[in-house]
Amino acid sequence: MQSKLNLNQTLVDKARKSARRVAKDTQLFIDQHTTVTVERAVCRLLGIDGVDSVDVPLPNVVVDHLMDKELLPMGAAFHVGNTMAETGLSPQQIAESIAKGELDISRLQIHDGVSIDKVIAPVVEAAVERIRGNVRQRNVYLKEYGDKQGPYIYVIVATGNIYEDITQARAAVRQGADVIAVIRTTGQSLLDYVPYGATTEGFGGTYATQENFRLMRAALDEVGAEEKRYIRLCNYCSGLCMPEIAAMGAFERLDMMLNDALYGILFRDINMQRTIIDQYFSRVINSFAEVIINTGEDNYLTTADAVEEAHTVLASQFLNEQFALMAGLREEQQGLGHAFEIDPEVEDGFLMELAQAQMAREIFPKAPLKYMPPTKFITGNIFCAHVQDALFNMVTVLTGQKVHLLGMLTEAVHTPFMSDRALAIENARYIERTMRHLGEELEFKSGGRIEKRANEVLGSAAQLLGEIEDLGLFATLEKGVFADIKRPRDGGRGLKGVVRKADGYRNPFIDCMKGGVAE
Amino acid sequence: MSSGNYNLHKAEFNTTLDLKKLKPYGDTMNDGKMQISFTLPVPDDEKGIEAAKLIARKMGLDDPNVAYHAPLDKGFTFYVVYGGIVHTVDYTSIHVIVVEEDTMDMTTVNDYIRENIGRKIIVVGASTGTDAHTVGIDAILNRKGFAGHYGLERYEMFESYNLGSQVPNDEFIRKAVELNADVLLVSQTVTQRDIHIQNLTELIELLEAEGLREKFIIVCGGARLGHELAKELGFDAGFGPGKFAEDVATFAATEMVKRNNAAS
Repeated sequence: MQSKLNLNQTLVDKARKSARRVAKDTQLFIDQHTTVTVERAVCRLLGIDGVDSVDVPLPNVVVDHLMDKELLPMGAAFHVGNTMAETGLSPQQIAESIAKGELDISRLQIHDGVSIDKVIAPVVEAAVERIRGNVRQRNVYLKEYGDKQGPYIYVIVATGNIYEDITQARAAVRQGADVIAVIRTTGQSLLDYVPYGATTEGFGGTYATQENFRLMRAALDEVGAEEKRYIRLCNYCSGLCMPEIAAMGAFERLDMMLNDALYGILFRDINMQRTIIDQYFSRVINSFAEVIINTGEDNYLTTADAVEEAHTVLASQFLNEQFALMAGLREEQQGLGHAFEIDPEVEDGFLMELAQAQMAREIFPKAPLKYMPPTKFITGNIFCAHVQDALFNMVTVLTGQKVHLLGMLTEAVHTPFMSDRALAIENARYIERTMRHLGEELEFKSGGRIEKRANEVLGSAAQLLGEIEDLGLFATLEKGVFADIKRPRDGGRGLKGVVRKADGYRNPFIDCMKGGVAE
Repeated sequence: MSSGNYNLHKAEFNTTLDLKKLKPYGDTMNDGKMQISFTLPVPDDEKGIEAAKLIARKMGLDDPNVAYHAPLDKGFTFYVVYGGIVHTVDYTSIHVIVVEEDTMDMTTVNDYIRENIGRKIIVVGASTGTDAHTVGIDAILNRKGFAGHYGLERYEMFESYNLGSQVPNDEFIRKAVELNADVLLVSQTVTQRDIHIQNLTELIELLEAEGLREKFIIVCGGARLGHELAKELGFDAGFGPGKFAEDVATFAATEMVKRNNAAS
């Protein structure tokens, strides 16, 4: 692609190199540790599902048991495998026996690693094959209907009730939506378990449960068949259960996942050590399931200033790119995030938005960039909001953003009504149609404002990444570089769930999923 | 478009402003013109349009005009309706409770605190309960503030602690006691199903149960909060949209002086 911004490629390379160093250093830490949710995800992939008599999910029952007996450093796969070898029970039967208090894994004789691997291999293969099957199914649909050219129109549903969400989602699809994201209930990111079954009560969103995933998937396949389009389903692989949600999503053919540890650290006060380990396994699963991840850089600008802090968004995109590659996620799966959040009062704000979006497009040419609409300066004046959203839609189309999260005129008023969504889709489709090839016709003035702005942001990002390279990721977060938010290394939620791996630890899924595209 | 509404009605309404019988204004005094939009769970047809008109009439819209209707899905139709409302309100009898301080700017409030209190005011703020949004509390506390209004972290005479989001009420109180806070700031952004009301009520109940209610000046804020609702819930003040750090600072400082005077 011909650069329209005359970007300094040396700076791009330097920034990328710094980010790679940061990711590599952090990976050393990641590789030495596991967490409770990583091990629960292993349990889920081994087929353990359901809840006990007091609604505790069975993966939690098993991992809590391993924690109590100080067995977690070897990993759930080791001990479930050992129990299978010793008792002949299936993983699900093992979990049920532990739940009933009939089985104490710590009392069993330990088999050697080779026989454990052997007994667990068919169970691992069954899970992997189930995910492969989902990837094949998605590709069958995409082959039959073709894929959407231009931006994917992405809208949210957030009623709190999965059945009502389905009604809203169907309508949105018929109006032209390409991606349906089911917003999670507020607070779910801080639960150290995943609720079970279909749910109808949530605040500002709906619980992410495997059954809810399944119900929405089936509904979208049905309406997609009527419309002859493949409708992507998105959920939130973030919070304290990242890898478990990734596993559930892989089983139920989700197509997109919000998946960003930095977001959890900054905005949910989740412990940084915990979530960076969680993120790695979740991204390995997502890479294998051919899921497009969405990163959360857009959120920085809801607290920090979009003009002054634009370079932190770019720096974080570089970091997220490298962490994603480290987990085997291809560039085409990296929905790096950013947002249209400059104060409407700022003169030439639109030019700066255009510069930022075009810059991201050129620096990450293969990434399906996730572009977020204005929210911070949406006031409740629905008429003005509709205009702001139109400007945002123009930048999306002009700069070839791929995951186009539509702004709602009633942002800051309520979660979207069916009609709000319809108006937003109408707005986006109009602009996409009427300006379809305008981006190809436009060049920016050499040495002009837009070119200058992009290069300034790039320069600052490269410099910041140089500093982060020296400090390391954790110290950077402690200093409050991102979003003006400081987080202590040992603070936040979930640190108790981090465990150092012992010799002989195994997670068979990392070995067979990492870097391997399922089909 | 149905046309000529104003011609028909011109003679019927008195075009003098009467604050005892206040009505919306379209382009003529007392025409009562309003626009509303809504969705009905019925197909887009003549019967649906009639239903939309009936809804508007029941709301008090005289001669409603369905300006736009469009299907949203099978069995869901969106309507934009205009009409003149028959209802009036008596503006002269309305009483609204507002925080009645003349807002001081950052320098003035710092001076005021130096003179009248003689030490820094300790503020502890959080977005409490399950609310994950920090935008409100950050707007008031962060150095940078919001829309050109610096946050309390920049105020010399305030020592502020931002505990962030999703802080449980009991933890919030514990931290406030530990930091010897003068003022508690609670931000609530998520208001679906009135979750903010439950959460704010719980905070006051917990404080009362622990005998701590009178120890603090307690202030809440958020997009759907105002002073009246805050007072009703047992808070000392509430700040809604369009209020900034200086409003909170002024209230906190003057309220503290008021209480000190009452105590001495």
